[in-house]
Amino acid sequence: MSRLFRDGRARAGTAVLLVALLVALFAPLLTTIGPTVQRDVVATRFLPPLARDAHGVVHPLGTDRLGRDVWSRLAYGARISLGVGALAVLISTALGIAVGSIAGVWQGRIGMVLLALTDFALALPRVVLLLLLAALWQPSALLVIVVLGVTGWMSVARLVHGEARSAVSRPYSESALALGASRRRLLARHVLPNALTPAIVAAALGFGNAILLEAGLSFLGVGVQPPAPSWGSMIASGRDTLVNAPWVAAAPGIALVLVVVASTLLGDALQEALEPMRDSV
Amino acid sequence: MLLQLLRRAAGGLAVVAGVITLTFFLLRIAPGDPAERLIGPTATAEQIEVQRHALGLDRPLAEQYASWVGRFVRGDWGTSIATGRPVRGMLATAWPATVRLVGVSLVLSYLIGILIGAIQAVSGRRTDTALSVATVTLFAMPGYWLGLMLVMVFTYWAHLLPAFGSRGFDADFLSPGARFLDALRHLALPLATLTLVGIGGTARFVRGAMRDVRQEPFVVVARSKGLSPSRVTLHHVLRNALVPVVTLLGLSLPALFSGAVFVEAIFAWPGVGRVLVEGVQARDYPVVMAATAVSAVLVVLGNFLADVGAAWVDPRLRLRADLA
Repeated sequence: MSRLFRDGRARAGTAVLLVALLVALFAPLLTTIGPTVQRDVVATRFLPPLARDAHGVVHPLGTDRLGRDVWSRLAYGARISLGVGALAVLISTALGIAVGSIAGVWQGRIGMVLLALTDFALALPRVVLLLLLAALWQPSALLVIVVLGVTGWMSVARLVHGEARSAVSRPYSESALALGASRRRLLARHVLPNALTPAIVAAALGFGNAILLEAGLSFLGVGVQPPAPSWGSMIASGRDTLVNAPWVAAAPGIALVLVVVASTLLGDALQEALEPMRDSV
Repeated sequence: MLLQLLRRAAGGLAVVAGVITLTFFLLRIAPGDPAERLIGPTATAEQIEVQRHALGLDRPLAEQYASWVGRFVRGDWGTSIATGRPVRGMLATAWPATVRLVGVSLVLSYLIGILIGAIQAVSGRRTDTALSVATVTLFAMPGYWLGLMLVMVFTYWAHLLPAFGSRGFDADFLSPGARFLDALRHLALPLATLTLVGIGGTARFVRGAMRDVRQEPFVVVARSKGLSPSRVTLHHVLRNALVPVVTLLGLSLPALFSGAVFVEAIFAWPGVGRVLVEGVQARDYPVVMAATAVSAVLVVLGNFLADVGAAWVDPRLRLRADLA
């Protein structure tokens, strides 16, 4: 852990994610006006950043086409983006650990089937599937979470499977089996603890990816539905006002890039800290 | 080697078949009736029933599936429910645009990405860090947002490049040279968007692969033989680091195609992605089915080519395949 925090990337990544998390948690305290509040659209729309509107409210990041406060939408949108990303990654990591470790421990027919399934799922065009699933059912945050979760487990499964196979072939596993331990015990005592490392790294990297995809679906209108603020739908709504109000699309995009960069850096640093042999030259 | 290729081809066909089957049943179990959507909210139950019958939606699922597969294989892809145009014609005009965009962007992003990754692997700490920050930022950038920002700068502020479509309204009246230039100008922004996002991932991967290879014993041997650093880097490190990169090329095709879906949506690029998005939004079953199938074929074909490429770059893979 201390090794991890000697790494500048880990510190920077954690700091940015922490700030985003705090903004999401304390959104009501950090904003002066609700994310969906519209008052006198004509007088308050397209206000530039830091402008004060006719009601005396200051808008740190300006207002959008409907006079809604961009900063407030960004802060409340963080709840949706971070929440959806975290829950989706939780689902996909759990699925990946289950599939990968089971295939690693029961290497016979079960393992073959699970690996074939993983390869098949890996070859599917993910966004095409996401679009289909999200568009065909009533779009909602819950649906996006589930869909991202069930389409994102394959890389975790592969990593965990590699780790599980190597753990199973170690002498300690063989001796456990020889002493009469069941495969299930082998899985719980010897394989899972070893498999957690790659799973954590994959989760950190997958978090950024999930956030990007959620924003992408919302951008195409098949994700989180308006008027709920999502960074993706904010970018979409800023698309038509690029000329007279570029901040509407720019702000959520910058927030998105910062959070994804942070989680990627943290993932990279985690990977190196957890695999000290690699990259030591 | 041939056997291995045949086995891969069979696997690819299985994936395509799986995608088509999955899509078919997902479409049918999802709520929402295309017949209802086609004739509008004022339709009577009787009219909807007639329309459902005309579209064959009232028959058992298995029967619909069998007849759809049969017609699809024979090349009869049906007509779009939303526009009434033949689906095959829609996709025949769409797929070259997607291949053009994705193909050129793939080549460019790999060439530039490999260059940047290689520079990072051999340069000092400061250059490495600076380039890492740049590539991780590109990697994290959503393509559709980057596209919008490029449109803002190059179309609205600088008035330099067009932001929509693949050709100008007057393209038919231009001389061949001017028409080519017009096509290039339209390609510029979508291509830049897709390429920039791709460079980030490739450079990160190449940097990692080169750092891994640098620790291999044969590199130490090459260095201790007294070979010049540039020769070691080019002939020993980069050459070996390219093997996983070529494999990545195949694996990144689905992601690149996904990126193209968004980029096509932003720039109104007339490709498969846009056909797909519009089909999904209109619940246009025949269009969605065919667009999904075409995109699956493109992705599987790309993976297959990458496998062949990897075997070509690395003789060890060929040998292993022969032994297997």
